[in-house]
Amino acid sequence: MTISRETQAYNFAYLDEQTKRMIRRAILKGLAVPGYQVPFASREMPMPYGWGTGGVQVTAACLMPEDRLKVIDQGADDTTNAVSIRKFFARTAGVATTERTGEATVIQTRHRIPETPLTKGQILVYQVPIPEPLRFLEPRETETRKMHELEEYGLMHVKLYEDIARHGQIATSYAYPVKVEGRYVMDPSPIPKFDNPKLGQSPAIQLFGAGREQRIFALPPFTDVVSLDFDDYPFAATKAPHDCDLCGARQSYLDEVITDDRGGRMFVCSDTDFCAGRQAEGKVGRLGVGQAEGAK
Amino acid sequence: MTLREKIVALDRPILKVEGLTKRYGPRIGCVDVSFELYPGEVLGIVGESGSGKSTLLSCLAGHQRPDLGRIAFDGRDVLAMSETERRLLSRTDWAYVHQNPRDGLRMGVSAGGNVGERLMAVGARHYGQIRGKAADWLGRVEIAADRIDDRPSAFSGGMQQRLQIARNLVTAPRLVFMDEPTGGLDVSVQARLLDLLRGLVRDLGLSVIIVTHDLAVVRLLAHRLMVMKSGRVVEQGLTDQVLDDPQHAYTQLLVSSVLQV
Repeated sequence: MTISRETQAYNFAYLDEQTKRMIRRAILKGLAVPGYQVPFASREMPMPYGWGTGGVQVTAACLMPEDRLKVIDQGADDTTNAVSIRKFFARTAGVATTERTGEATVIQTRHRIPETPLTKGQILVYQVPIPEPLRFLEPRETETRKMHELEEYGLMHVKLYEDIARHGQIATSYAYPVKVEGRYVMDPSPIPKFDNPKLGQSPAIQLFGAGREQRIFALPPFTDVVSLDFDDYPFAATKAPHDCDLCGARQSYLDEVITDDRGGRMFVCSDTDFCAGRQAEGKVGRLGVGQAEGAK
Repeated sequence: MTLREKIVALDRPILKVEGLTKRYGPRIGCVDVSFELYPGEVLGIVGESGSGKSTLLSCLAGHQRPDLGRIAFDGRDVLAMSETERRLLSRTDWAYVHQNPRDGLRMGVSAGGNVGERLMAVGARHYGQIRGKAADWLGRVEIAADRIDDRPSAFSGGMQQRLQIARNLVTAPRLVFMDEPTGGLDVSVQARLLDLLRGLVRDLGLSVIIVTHDLAVVRLLAHRLMVMKSGRVVEQGLTDQVLDDPQHAYTQLLVSSVLQV
């Protein structure tokens, strides 16, 4: 493998080989026990906690020189977090990067699952701030581990009960707890619950890395993932009741953008690649600029 | 169950304790405690601070592991159970009422959620039914229905204790451990709580082990009494018999120390 002159100071993908080996062992264990939080010796990364240090380490351990990397932050390819991590790996691993979901082999994501369905052979790496779904209900780590061990998950429903009692519905709209293969309850990182149905039976490998909390967990392809709910208050994937104002998509997750100080707003796809792809196909939303018009 | 089977069931002890011993290094927690508890029976354990009554209770409830002895619940050896089984037992057939309601309640969760937790822990997944049952139990412990969505932190001490009792009894346990349930409550609130407890115990046919240093509490609630001193049981018998005709010197001291108004 040839490494360009400017990156010679780094090992391939920044981390040393022994560290990557350690992380790969944690990933394999996570894949073998879906939803179980595997402890690993998280390293200091050249970015602050909260910026995806866990995801970056998992990505570094997965990357091969022939990989094509996509990085998204809240669905967007062009925000600070996404741009800096993409550049980081372009420099330290020399891998090709892309913004197209379909072309990527490894996708590191913060808080979204791409709208374009993932395919066999792709790896989706999540950045996870708090891996423990029971954390805000039970502050003791010793106790939460015991609860996972003994499958005592009644407390998770207490949280959903409180939601309904206070708001009349399950108001948890992100980091919505799921049960994996009928065993472990997992926090799918702060993805909107709109994305929860995409977690299950996905042909792609899904890996979750929490750098500060030093945990890795995983969903192998075609895993059963069920969102927790009540019989009389079933889980519902929700989104803003609008169409995308740029591409007109009806079924994609939307961001609300305030456009002026007189109450003006627009709704746009949070997945920028998906939105751009649709616009390139000539699909136009309420405020979108059509291909013909844009050409003028 | 036929009537005959019911009678036979009442005739078998629900809890059988033999030679229970717990030491803290060279110090004694409790030594060689043996007793039997029958269905529907309330056993009081009294003694001064440090007499080992709380150690005994926590060993019985599975919070601590005794060094020696046997505990059989319903004929099953509790100490030989796996932790999964024991914890399942402790949220179905058993209940534990703490002295301080803050230890037994989730202070950040509404009253309804507190009562519903045990139901959800054993698999209830229907919100309407859980809430209905919680409301029913709040009514039974005399908490107004409109307080169901308030947090326990907004409740008075007496209400918190009653909420804790509701939360424990919602899954219809058969054996209830109580550690000073009336401690820290003023006398009028105490009287109401005792009245409530007596009614619940009688209506539900609960077996109760109640640890207290308040002789008035056991006089009202307990059928049988065990007096502990320095980790050992010094006297046991029917409550009235022990309190009215104490045999052991320590029991005599205990009974004569009660303040008369």
